[in-house]
Amino acid sequence: MRRYWIGLLVLAILTPLGSLAEGTAWGEWGADELTTMFGYIPQGIEKAGSWWTAVCPDYSMSFLGAGKMADKAGYFLSAVLGSGLIYTVTLLYGKFLRRTKSQSVFGQKG
Amino acid sequence: MHIPDGYLSPSTCLTLGGVMLPVWYRASAVVKKHLDVAQIPFMAMGAVFAFLIMMFNVPIPDGTTAHAVGGVLIAIALGPWTAVIAVSVALLIQALVFGDGGILAFGANAFNMACILPFTGYYTYKLLVGKALPGSTRSLVAAAVGGYVGINLAALVAAVEFGIQPLLFVAADGTPLYSPYGLGVAIPAMMTAHLLVAGFVEGAVTAFVLKYVWKSSPELVRPVNEIAVGGK
Repeated sequence: MRRYWIGLLVLAILTPLGSLAEGTAWGEWGADELTTMFGYIPQGIEKAGSWWTAVCPDYSMSFLGAGKMADKAGYFLSAVLGSGLIYTVTLLYGKFLRRTKSQSVFGQKG
Repeated sequence: MHIPDGYLSPSTCLTLGGVMLPVWYRASAVVKKHLDVAQIPFMAMGAVFAFLIMMFNVPIPDGTTAHAVGGVLIAIALGPWTAVIAVSVALLIQALVFGDGGILAFGANAFNMACILPFTGYYTYKLLVGKALPGSTRSLVAAAVGGYVGINLAALVAAVEFGIQPLLFVAADGTPLYSPYGLGVAIPAMMTAHLLVAGFVEGAVTAFVLKYVWKSSPELVRPVNEIAVGGK
């Protein structure tokens, strides 16, 4: 188990390399990019733009401030935070499913 | 491939979310029935791996970026239904915490990356692997091709979702309400990125990690039965 954790940690440490590529994924443009591309923002996209505010938008950490180093550090911290949350949620859901299974084995349905 | 909110109409999002409900239900049933308790941490690590590998954006010649998903790897290692759960959790946290992929579009993104991708990748692998043993050259080639096919079919489905928007939904002034590019632009753009670059990354990652885990943990890395559920 430990070697897999080391592997995942190495991957997390390397994630800032994954933010080097310039440009936006196709179909994931922000409001500024859409305005440049089309001269307008489609109404549905404009409406949806503000209704959900992510805690760490685009894998950034606001407390680190602006700048290239802050972006890289924020990207890495986001990798760690996200990994922790995803591991915990998946593990708990898996264990929850197992628990309901063992109950049904003993005939405690419903 | 993380579709943000506003790019798909609410009806498109609801439809694909509606498709995902029974998929999630069945995935939970299969995992509950067949996943060994010792495999649960593996499923969770698979979800973390998918999340991290998606953070590696690779440049595409047309100036955009794309990334691997890691879902085919989980599907081959632990079964496609396990991959549905693992990738869905990663997508959920990405949407909620990092604003990567929409909240309304979560069902659509899950349909593409947590359903189409692992299932098509897994069955491509099954088709090609034949009776070859896990870890053999043939199994690794089959896994790599599975990764390539899975992510490309997911990208194609995403492109169709994007591309039908301007055909179906137009504002009173004639401008598109949601994603503005039609199928003729969306499909070539998405497929260029994934056929030329991201598909090879997904394929390489799938084969490379499987080679390692099949060797290190052969007792844990086996797909849970995807058919027996319901048959008792």
